[in-house]
Amino acid sequence: MTRVHDMGGRFGDGPVSPEAEDAPVFAEDWHARALAVTLACGALGQWNIDTSRHARERLSPKDYTRFSYYEKWISGLADLLVEKGVLTRDDLEGKGAAGLHALAERALKAENVAAALAKGGPADRAGGPAPLFHPGQAVRTRIPGDNTLVAGGHTRLPQYAVGAQGYILRLHGTHVLPDSSAHGLGEAPEPLYAVRFHASTLWAHAEHPEDEVVLDLWQSYLEPL
Amino acid sequence: MPHDHSDHPHALLPPDPALRVKALETILTEKGLIDPAALEEIIDTYQNRIGPQNGARVVARAWSDPEFRAALLADADPVLAELGYYGRQGEHMVVVENTLQQHNMVVCTLCSCYPWPLLGIPPGWYKSDAYRARAVREPRKVLAEFGVTLPPETAVRVWDSTAEVRYLVLPMRPEGTESLGEDELAALVTRDSMIGTGLAKVPS
Repeated sequence: MTRVHDMGGRFGDGPVSPEAEDAPVFAEDWHARALAVTLACGALGQWNIDTSRHARERLSPKDYTRFSYYEKWISGLADLLVEKGVLTRDDLEGKGAAGLHALAERALKAENVAAALAKGGPADRAGGPAPLFHPGQAVRTRIPGDNTLVAGGHTRLPQYAVGAQGYILRLHGTHVLPDSSAHGLGEAPEPLYAVRFHASTLWAHAEHPEDEVVLDLWQSYLEPL
Repeated sequence: MPHDHSDHPHALLPPDPALRVKALETILTEKGLIDPAALEEIIDTYQNRIGPQNGARVVARAWSDPEFRAALLADADPVLAELGYYGRQGEHMVVVENTLQQHNMVVCTLCSCYPWPLLGIPPGWYKSDAYRARAVREPRKVLAEFGVTLPPETAVRVWDSTAEVRYLVLPMRPEGTESLGEDELAALVTRDSMIGTGLAKVPS
């Protein structure tokens, strides 16, 4: 299975064009508005970060490819607002009901922005299964790499690392599993590891024999060797 | 609407992206779901208050204070929290140190994960298809596009940010900076050097 956002290792994209260090944070005013509207809607509490990532990934491959970065954000947001029942399709067409929304009392106020951003949303959890792997241990990522709970669902195991042998570098703790959390199936926290892979096990033409790629991977993505 | 290739609800909004944002913002504001003043506050925060100057201060301190550096590399979260550099998209930080033997470089191939409290909003190139696709497969060619060439004895370790852990690169301290204080050192620390696509500036 391939998914359009899972582009690590892809060929054909051409050179990277770095902007100057002092380039504006937002190249266009609407970029800033898209970011702010997205963060403010998140504060309504109708979804989590995994849900919102998945909403962008579910754009059709044609839309994902042709949309610029913040177009993906605002379009994913519109889709999510309708899917979660916050807005209707009529609302998006300007034909919806007038008046305050039932969730209006939860709207993020200016005076609460600093506290909300500073609070963040930690992903580590108490409990969950005990760690099965220790630093230095050889592991292999599972095949196939798809979400095992939902066909075509959200996962954070990139295709380029599926079925590859790597080595546990460190245990980060026990973190919410996006494959479950993105689909409203609960947080299902699991041990999360940084796993290092030799570039030469991932790529047929690695640039240097000593180069490595490290990925953060959940325990259920991994099998012992 | 023929402009969009799907029946997703977003196709009901105007196709022009600036107008699409404006339309959604207007609908949400009329329903009381977003507060325009809160939007201004969010934008001001990331445009003016939270940015790579935060990360640069951390790096300069790590260059100047061996105990701080050791604590930062061992367990960054409590060290950064004490400095007030905690928050959204920086809840779980790991700092990785560049040496002659190993150069670290950070990417998010699946989306655009980035340590906001220390570096702010990611630059356009970090979110580009070209960087996301190529940084893991040919980091040295990508580095060359940033004007960086590493010696052959330096291995590259690319960190693909696939979870909620965020990575900050501690660049190597430039030679000839022994007499500089933290403020002067911080001025040498570029955003790209903390992503790993650049090196710290050499004092002129």
